[in-house]
Amino acid sequence: MSGAIDLKRDFASSGLDAELAQLDRDLVGLAPVKRRIREIAALLLVDRARQTLGLATEPPTLHMSFTGNPGTGKTTVALRMAGILHKLGYVRRGHLVSVTRDDLVGQYIGHTAPKTRDVLKKAMGGVLFIDEAYYLYRPENERDYGQEAIEILLQIMENQRDDLVVILAGYADRMDTFFSSNPGFRSRIAHHIDFPDYDDGELVTIAGTLLGQMGYRLSTGAQVALGDYVARRRSQPHFANARSIRNALDRARLRQAVRLFDRDDGVVTADQLSTIEAEDIRASRVFADPAEPSA
Amino acid sequence: MRITQGTFSFLPDLTDEQIIAQVQYCLDHGWAVNIEYTDDPHPRNTYWEMWGIPMFDVPDAAGVMLALAECRKAHAGSNYIRMSAFDSSYGWESLRLSFITDRPANEPGFALERQERNGRQIAYTTRAYSAMKPEGERYSG
Repeated sequence: MSGAIDLKRDFASSGLDAELAQLDRDLVGLAPVKRRIREIAALLLVDRARQTLGLATEPPTLHMSFTGNPGTGKTTVALRMAGILHKLGYVRRGHLVSVTRDDLVGQYIGHTAPKTRDVLKKAMGGVLFIDEAYYLYRPENERDYGQEAIEILLQIMENQRDDLVVILAGYADRMDTFFSSNPGFRSRIAHHIDFPDYDDGELVTIAGTLLGQMGYRLSTGAQVALGDYVARRRSQPHFANARSIRNALDRARLRQAVRLFDRDDGVVTADQLSTIEAEDIRASRVFADPAEPSA
Repeated sequence: MRITQGTFSFLPDLTDEQIIAQVQYCLDHGWAVNIEYTDDPHPRNTYWEMWGIPMFDVPDAAGVMLALAECRKAHAGSNYIRMSAFDSSYGWESLRLSFITDRPANEPGFALERQERNGRQIAYTTRAYSAMKPEGERYSG
């Protein structure tokens, strides 16, 4: 017999454990997403081992759909996915082409097909990420050109599975409608991954990471204030998970800047410049009277 | 008469795998790959019709092959199709590589015409038999 294959060594040599560990470190929460990525990685490794041993392999379908509420990290994970699939040797280039309806659908008859094909040409050998994919299909307008783009996409997804991985992303409820009106899409997508909302603790951790990237940090008081902020913000309308937090931090930085600017002596240290205090966060409208609506 | 021109003119026509390998070589060097077609086989016919625009933002050969498949659907059998790679870097700014990917099944070849001039001089002209017919009908039969 042609012997055995050391999956562990294979795993280590692919550089994949580094990528997965990085993913684990960089992305807070998202347990089901990480689990699914591990599963896919394992499947691809096993597939490769089978191939080396001469067992029958069927190239797996890797088209995915990411559903979840706003700000749950769909785009971030898609970017990572390209790198992971590239490390596994499943996509040849590992680049990500991120598009929305505008990039695929044309303005007049005959414009859509060349436009969609151009995008597909660019994405070949990598990952095509279609954000807010449900906009492709507009049931209210039967002459909508989106349908044409969908047909071309489906054809390429089926015929060129080795060349291209398509990831669709969107909010869960609207994607459900999209899939139910385009059953061809649902059946061609092997992995439906649902992104859960972050809990309060995770959001505070994310805030810390985001601030770290910008070269700021939270004072102890601000840490507590941010915990309160997250709990309050969640109950208000238009809550967009990590995106809301990022916006809140941007506003906190504004307030911090004004606070430092308005100081009497006008002398600041590097430490003060990079610390967000509790008052910068407590000044938010979210802490205002709950009866008063907030944006 | 089998028309040959370009980088691999001395070889048999490239298979699709070989085309993919050549295209990937071009893309890896940052050259823009073009697909061109014509039905006038005369060697001095330098500027062929372009299929789409040069592919300067396609990173993988599969994308180029997608365009080639479309071009073949429209023109294979009735036209010559070639690929060329343009190097835009300073100092080159010209084609680096070009090869024919598709040719009509039947290539009738060229006639040599002799024109007798003053003082027993003779001027020579080559004319493709296929070019006697109007454009678009040259290889349809």
